[in-house]
Amino acid sequence: MPNYAYIILIPLLPLAAFVVLGLFGRKYLRGISGVIGTGAVLISVVLSLWVAYGYFFSVGKVDGVYQPVIAWKAVWLSFSPGLSIDMSIILDPISVMMIVVVSFVSFMVHLFSLGYMKGEERFGTYYAFLGLFTFSMLGLVLSGNIFEIYIFWELVGCSSFLLIGYYFDRPTAVAAAKKAFIVTRFADLGFLIGILILSLHAETLDFRTLIQRFTEPSPQLAGITSASFLGISLLSWGLTLVFIGGAGKSALFPLHIWLPDAMEGPTPVSALIHAATMVVAGVYLVARLYPVYALSDPAVLQVILFVGAISALLAAVIACTQTDIKRVLAYSTMSQIGYMMFALGTFHSGEEGALGYTAGMFHLFTHAFFKALLFLCAGVIIHKVHSNEMRDMGGLRRSMPLTHGCFLIACLAIAGIPPFSGFFSKEEILLAAYRANKFVYVIGLLTSCLTAFYMFRLYFSVFWWREGGVSAGDHGEGPASMKIPLVVLAAGALLAGFVPFSRLVTFDGAAMDTPGVGVFAIAPVMLAILGILLAGYLYRKESDRPRKAAGVFGVLYKLAYHKFYIDEIYSFVTKKIIFNLIGRPAAWIDRNIVDGLMNSLAGVTARISAGIKGFQSGRVQDYVLYFFAGIAVLAVLFIYIYT
Amino acid sequence: MNQVPLSHILFVSTALFFIGMYGLFTRRNMITMLMSVELILNSVNINFVAFNRYLYADKLEGVFFTLFIVAIAAAEAAVAIAIIINLYRNLHSIDVEAADEMKF
Amino acid sequence: MNLSLLVLMPLITAIVVLFSRREGGARWVSLTGVTVQLLLSFGLLILYWKERAAGSMGMLFEYRHVWFKPLNIWYHVGVDGISVAMILLTAVVMVAAVLVSWRVQSWDKEFFVLLLFLSAGAYGFFLSLDLFTLFFFLEISVIPKFLLIGIWGSGKKEYSAMKLALMLMGGSALVFVGLLGVYYNTGGAAGPYTFDWPVIAQVHLPVEAQRRFFPLLFVGFGIFTALFPFHTWVPDGHSSAPTAASMFLAGISMKLGGYGCLRVAVSLMPIAAREYSPVIILLATIAIVYGAFATMMQKDLKYINAYSSISHCGFILLGIGMLTRTAVMGAVMQMISHGLMTALFFAAIGMIYDRTHTRLVERLGGLLKIMPFISTIFVIAGLCSLGLPGLSGFVAEVTVFMGSWQRTGEAYRIATILACASIVITAVYILRATGQSIMGPVKDQQYYGLADATWNEKLAAVILGAGIIAIGVAPFWLSDLLNIK
Repeated sequence: MPNYAYIILIPLLPLAAFVVLGLFGRKYLRGISGVIGTGAVLISVVLSLWVAYGYFFSVGKVDGVYQPVIAWKAVWLSFSPGLSIDMSIILDPISVMMIVVVSFVSFMVHLFSLGYMKGEERFGTYYAFLGLFTFSMLGLVLSGNIFEIYIFWELVGCSSFLLIGYYFDRPTAVAAAKKAFIVTRFADLGFLIGILILSLHAETLDFRTLIQRFTEPSPQLAGITSASFLGISLLSWGLTLVFIGGAGKSALFPLHIWLPDAMEGPTPVSALIHAATMVVAGVYLVARLYPVYALSDPAVLQVILFVGAISALLAAVIACTQTDIKRVLAYSTMSQIGYMMFALGTFHSGEEGALGYTAGMFHLFTHAFFKALLFLCAGVIIHKVHSNEMRDMGGLRRSMPLTHGCFLIACLAIAGIPPFSGFFSKEEILLAAYRANKFVYVIGLLTSCLTAFYMFRLYFSVFWWREGGVSAGDHGEGPASMKIPLVVLAAGALLAGFVPFSRLVTFDGAAMDTPGVGVFAIAPVMLAILGILLAGYLYRKESDRPRKAAGVFGVLYKLAYHKFYIDEIYSFVTKKIIFNLIGRPAAWIDRNIVDGLMNSLAGVTARISAGIKGFQSGRVQDYVLYFFAGIAVLAVLFIYIYT
Repeated sequence: MNQVPLSHILFVSTALFFIGMYGLFTRRNMITMLMSVELILNSVNINFVAFNRYLYADKLEGVFFTLFIVAIAAAEAAVAIAIIINLYRNLHSIDVEAADEMKF
Repeated sequence: MNLSLLVLMPLITAIVVLFSRREGGARWVSLTGVTVQLLLSFGLLILYWKERAAGSMGMLFEYRHVWFKPLNIWYHVGVDGISVAMILLTAVVMVAAVLVSWRVQSWDKEFFVLLLFLSAGAYGFFLSLDLFTLFFFLEISVIPKFLLIGIWGSGKKEYSAMKLALMLMGGSALVFVGLLGVYYNTGGAAGPYTFDWPVIAQVHLPVEAQRRFFPLLFVGFGIFTALFPFHTWVPDGHSSAPTAASMFLAGISMKLGGYGCLRVAVSLMPIAAREYSPVIILLATIAIVYGAFATMMQKDLKYINAYSSISHCGFILLGIGMLTRTAVMGAVMQMISHGLMTALFFAAIGMIYDRTHTRLVERLGGLLKIMPFISTIFVIAGLCSLGLPGLSGFVAEVTVFMGSWQRTGEAYRIATILACASIVITAVYILRATGQSIMGPVKDQQYYGLADATWNEKLAAVILGAGIIAIGVAPFWLSDLLNIK
């Protein structure tokens, strides 16, 4: 086995940047903190590409099948023999693909931020947090131990919290950061319990051993499937709970409410964390445990299939009505992640049953490029317009030609127009869905049409709609550090689809032929073009057509505009029920009943002593009375005893 | 011999005792209270003498005890009056109710 | 190594403090004393590792001297991994406590002397292998708290001092009865009555006696560790105490109880412990969940931390109650982690209060802009409290969860799940407090121009933070050290 130990540098370099910038970034390194952070990530990118090249093309394959490799391992915390949290690095096709994506997008965002965040007071802190995030995310994808992935899982959540709350003096940003953390924490609770269930029965925390024990006949598998709780086997419980953790991080319905709010963070952060990398962690997690899901418990996969499909459709519908550019992109992210998720859910045991796995991962890969590009373009636009609202924009195509071009490429990619990258991955997903479940396939088609519509709605509203556009305070499209990432990502969005993905990342590690798209692609592409044309009709020129169109949908439009009132339901549950019905009584009971009991114990003692001390009145005659009374009692006693 | 029966003497001493007790409880004047104490002591004295005479005529312990008590009563009266005088100096009163400083 | 040095050192320091004449001399002498003590503790750690590596078993560095022969009471000290860890914790917290008390104005000599006495009690308690000496040191570490809160406290300090002292005294009274019960059951065929821990551990107390005296000992020690429903001294006591006393109280004193429960109650009476464990688990789970919910509604930063301590100490009792090896190890880890974390939290709150003169969350705001250092340590303490990986809280909680999960039985599983659920509630209240007081807009114009931490405060925070991170990033050394049989 070749020596892979240097891989540990890939996550450690951003960590080092975090430590250095966190300690000294404020005072001493403020000027060069951006360069330090970016440089560290650049080395990570180079190393990741080197690793990927080495893994995919020279050493990863044994007998035509990609083998997982444990590149590095150390015991971190040992519970009992065989059960320990190890810090380990696993290399397999998906983790190698992910480190490339994560480090690459992270590098782009680091670079972009050099221009975008220039002049910020907490510039060094910003880069420190970015470094922390990159470290955690790289650690997450390289984890070879289920508890290790949980550790990094929490760390990405924390860095997401810190970065969303970067503008900490805005109450909305603070609220959004809190919401993101708490909602994902709630989901992580499911993940944690899922880990407890799975690990206890598997008697290991190591992914490879765990997967092996749960996919091949073994006493552990027998144990966990025979044990049940509420009529459902513990394996299903464990896997579902793990999936809930993934759903929270990946903003799937109904745990998606934090994602749109998370757009309060700086835009490059949204590009990195809330579009390209962290939010796909849930997909990655399911992919990591995919053999167990696919081979041992298809029922949970059905849950995943439908949760993914519902999220995809729901988010697409909401996205059609939003007016905040970043929120549209956020819902679009949610919708695309739903896509990836239901792709994973399409597993069936027939021929090419695991196509969904490849397709989902492929979509994750291409999505990272075009979605990061969309967000960075949005960043450039916001930088120029100083507003997130679509109605403050319009007609920007002349003043921002480069952004316009890149944005258009990204929109075409996400809409699934050939030959842009999104087309290839989406086709594979739809193909897999078609073979697995026709109903989900229809949802997929519908979502794909809606995606094209809302993306081009956004595109036309921002770049066309009215002529002239904003020109006041014009500083072009930003410095080169902001332009280069756009161009590079646009190239990625254009070309990523040509990566022979099904030869590299497959369920069993063996190469798979790219399924022919051909005729099958006609329906989705036509639908996408329909969506684009409709958007063009409504939004190309300033008119009141959109309002009329909204009127046609009436209630549905209103529902979608208010995001189906899911936020309101949540806030009702938390504020009214948890705070008022549980928290407040608990605090009250503690102060008044439990503490009251303790205080009344003391009070009773004090009152008794107050009663007794009255005997000590200070009056001689009282004492005389007690004296004689005592004598009398004693006399009676003596007489009683001696006679 | 025509003697006064013991019970008569005991009756006198008991009466004296309770008169003394009554005085001790009801009087507020310390001097009177002291006198009441003397009455109680004297009722005891009478008992000692009477029992000595009637039950153990050949012995003298009862009489001796009486003498002791008389002596102690004298000493006690001296101490008590000294205390009362001191109280009077501090409180300008010999009312026992006024001297209730020594409470809880 | 002569362990008595660890008890003597604070006492000697206290005496020197009493005789120090110059202005501010008391704090420098105290700082020197506690620093030497910290070095001694590290020395102990290294020696301990050496001895263990050489293969020594059982208690190390034992020393015994007769104290009161007729009752067979000995001064008997010795350490195992748990006591070494607790001593190290105490030393670290003491250094930080002295550093944050740098600006005690009135009666500073007396303040430091009492603080040092407290620590001497704690050191003695962790070292003692004779149950009577153990009790003696437990008492020593109660009385000075009353004075510290009553004299240097704030708010309704007399009430709190009284409440704390009375409830802890009640606890130690129960402990004493329990210890006597143990003592009078050691005699008979096995030899004379004895308070000696290693001897009693060999004796196997009669089951009847275990059943009778286990609850006394456990509840008695449990009161120190905020066992529900005897936890109500915690919020009042902590919030009224001066910063250093809060740090010591929450950081060390509450751990005396956990250590006592483990060392005396559970390890001497294993049969009763197993029988009573459902009750312990029930109470601990209530404390965890209910403490967390109660915290959510608090408005005063110190109350928030005090209530969260109830919830966190619930993990200690849960771990001990679950009785699996991993869970007990998690409980000890939680003691150490919570000791460091809560001390850091109280230090940060004290620094904020010194400057803004308020601890009410709704009146603070935007502190991150004004005092970045203090705010950062507040956030770190908060993140540790909500169990962020990389900080010690996570390691401890996860170990407790794993250990608890190993106990089979549906009710135990549900208790574990409820305990796990508290991490969400913890996140809610920590983030609420952080969001309102540290982040957000600056609420009061007067806060502009307030100074950030001074060197002594920074040093204190760094020492505690280093401990938290050292455990959080590399927990293996701690789990090696504890390594419970």
